[in-house]
Amino acid sequence: MRNITKAFPGVIANENISLDLKKGEVHALLGENGAGKTTLMNILFGIYKADQGEIFMEGKQIAVSSPHNALKYRIGMVQQHFTVVPSFTVAENVVLGLKEMGFFVKTKAVESSIEKLGKSFDLPVNPRARVWTLSVGEKQRIEILKLLYTGAKVIILDEPTAVLTPQETEILFKAMRKLVSEGSSVIFISHKLDEVLEISDRVTVLRGGKVVGTEVRDSVDRRSLVRMMVGRDVLLDFDKPKTEPGKTVLQVENLTVKNDKNLEAVRNLSLSIKSGEILGIAGVAGNGQRELAEAIYGLRKPVQGKVVLNDSILRHTDVAQRIKGGVAFIPQDRRAVATCPSLSITENVFMKNAYSMYLPQSPLNLNTRAMQRATKELISDYSISTPSTKTQARFLSGGNLQKLVLARELSTKPCLIIAEHPTRGLDIGAMEFVYKTLLAHKERGAAVLLLAGELYEIFRLSDRVAVIYEGEIMGYTPPDPSFTEEIGFMMAGSKRGEVS
Amino acid sequence: MKMKIEKRLVIPRYSSILVPILSVVVALVLMGIILMVFFYGRLGSLSLAFRETFDAYKEMLTWPFANKYGIFSTLMRMVPLAFVGLGLSFAYRMKIWNIGGEGQLYMGALAATWGALFLFKDVSSPLAMILLISITGAVAGGLWALIPALMKAFAKTDEIVVTLMLNYVAIFWVDYLVYGPWKDPKGYGFPGTAPFPDEAKLPTLFKGEFHVGFFVAIAFAVVLYYIYKKTRWGMNSKIVGDNAQAARYSGISIVRYTIIALVVSGAIAGLGGAIQMMGVQHRLQHGFSPGYGYTAIIVAWLAKLNPIAILLVSFLFGGLLVGNDQLQMFYKLPMALISVFQGLVLFSLLGGEAISRYRVRIVKEEAAHIE
Repeated sequence: MRNITKAFPGVIANENISLDLKKGEVHALLGENGAGKTTLMNILFGIYKADQGEIFMEGKQIAVSSPHNALKYRIGMVQQHFTVVPSFTVAENVVLGLKEMGFFVKTKAVESSIEKLGKSFDLPVNPRARVWTLSVGEKQRIEILKLLYTGAKVIILDEPTAVLTPQETEILFKAMRKLVSEGSSVIFISHKLDEVLEISDRVTVLRGGKVVGTEVRDSVDRRSLVRMMVGRDVLLDFDKPKTEPGKTVLQVENLTVKNDKNLEAVRNLSLSIKSGEILGIAGVAGNGQRELAEAIYGLRKPVQGKVVLNDSILRHTDVAQRIKGGVAFIPQDRRAVATCPSLSITENVFMKNAYSMYLPQSPLNLNTRAMQRATKELISDYSISTPSTKTQARFLSGGNLQKLVLARELSTKPCLIIAEHPTRGLDIGAMEFVYKTLLAHKERGAAVLLLAGELYEIFRLSDRVAVIYEGEIMGYTPPDPSFTEEIGFMMAGSKRGEVS
Repeated sequence: MKMKIEKRLVIPRYSSILVPILSVVVALVLMGIILMVFFYGRLGSLSLAFRETFDAYKEMLTWPFANKYGIFSTLMRMVPLAFVGLGLSFAYRMKIWNIGGEGQLYMGALAATWGALFLFKDVSSPLAMILLISITGAVAGGLWALIPALMKAFAKTDEIVVTLMLNYVAIFWVDYLVYGPWKDPKGYGFPGTAPFPDEAKLPTLFKGEFHVGFFVAIAFAVVLYYIYKKTRWGMNSKIVGDNAQAARYSGISIVRYTIIALVVSGAIAGLGGAIQMMGVQHRLQHGFSPGYGYTAIIVAWLAKLNPIAILLVSFLFGGLLVGNDQLQMFYKLPMALISVFQGLVLFSLLGGEAISRYRVRIVKEEAAHIE
């Protein structure tokens, strides 16, 4: 793949990316969420079309126009979300959509060839089993067998281990080794360092849609990979308002939270934040940050543990209680969680008014005019650019939408602010605005829990840095770029103080 | 030159008025074609069939809307449609698809009958009687909707299926009563209960052509309009309808809102059933509703869930029901034609809404190649 560029409205997902894949290698594609790994592979698999750039295969330029077309070039991809029909058998799923299927499925022949294929690649499956009875790992094996059955020589696996148990991961790795020894090539997308180091022959690291570098397995270690992933371009010229931390605002005790896949995402985690203090949580995305934020805010029910706000224990999953208690939450997904796309700016500003009482109102007689007026003030205070207060929120750009969220969340002068990737996808100007606003509220005396991927952001804002890995806090450091390396180790899973 | 169809970023405002009106017009035209085929088969001549269709349409549209007696029939048909339509709008605003208006209407009627004939038979004041029966009907409709509400809120069951199925349960329950234990012994074997006592009949105007339930429907529409526009409930229900995740994030309890939405929705439909009993039927009968609960779905949609518009649209559809009766009587056309017509309206409406999301643009040939 040469000079691939792909832009989506508002973001450049891939910028001038070149990647070469050798016959018989496992090539890992490493990077944080949003670094552009999946987009790049979707281009190779024909789901997206690149804006610029070419793809060559064995020296010849090819144009992959669709996944079906990709299979002709013997390129296959296993998506993060499986595409199997639960009520069909394994064999039926494998031949689904293929020419061999014909009008009547020749089940017997297909079944025996799948069994053979499975044996030869160490991918044990029972071709007669109904798919819904199978485990996640087995479903994934079907997806891979499906590709092998069509004769795929380039196999893309998009975060295949995210849903697997360690044992299933071992089986997968064994099969991957077998595949490459038979002359296939595998592209392995992941953000887990250990797995990448274990299985791959070469590693390409992406960051922010660009290639940071391609290295041979033996020339890298965890330390250098972390450095490549999170970057070192940390600016030093910023000043932070000095505040004396006051009394404890938030206390989290022994919190354990499960994620949507019902796995423990936060494990027995405790932390506390004082008034006038920003605690930055650094970590590779997907290590429990989201679940932690949602549990504190009451959107997700913890398995165990306590959340204490200003000395009173909060009920689990009672968001209204938190809003009343002055907790603001700036979620990562502002379009899907923090706003209503088809409602007006005014309605979005007053979404929480029933509990936040920014503008005290009778529930039986809302004063729409006062709401419009207050919205107009917020629009100018937060310099949101919009044609009117009646514009639907969906028409705002990412930066303006984030300003709208900030306006709603912070205008009530909250005592605790949970900010989850508050600057993701924003341009420099909007980023600076977010930083300034958060720092101003810290000076005012708010406690801030900042969950961010960019270390620059963490250093820029926090008073203390905690590093999270697989739902546990590995240690704390001062917010000083000289600790970058140590933070990198902790992000990769070593506790602070452990030498490696 | 080449035509290109592309998605509109902004759906123009006029389309929300134009599309419903056009869809009714399109449905009328399509219906005309069907009628012509029908008459052609009967008369064997295209010009005669054309004239017959024209006459039938004239009859169908003038009697319900331009004749003194016809208008009263239209208004009386409008009342149950308006009640169920208003009730449905309450749930549809939150994207909770209550298809059970018919069943809730039946349960309201059933409970009203129970109240009129047994429970409150010793109440002598007409006002108290009517109020008690109205409340009983509303409670019954609400409780009937509570079943799918609880199932949806706590077990994430699909409300469309459950509300739809419960319609049949309610209808058969009424049938069981009117063919069995509640059958009027003096009813010459007709499947119906004994008539309501006079205290349980709504006051009428214009020599009994018109009952006061009409004004209750208007009052409900105004109240709902106010609730939707000016209250916290109205605003929060809009948030739930637009983005349930954002609603949770704003501290709104989805469980509570789901239950209240469905129960209130059913209660208004149930009240409609009670009023239909007290105002028009005066006894519970087999099949007393010609599918008001289903027609009301189309009414609510055509009106874009606006309570005032629901009144207007249910007036229109009430008139179509009356017009259909006329066609049946004078042109010997089958009763199912009205369902055909309603189906055509709904098709045109859904089609029109889909089309209004796109626009056709004429592009020059060379520009078309670049994409």
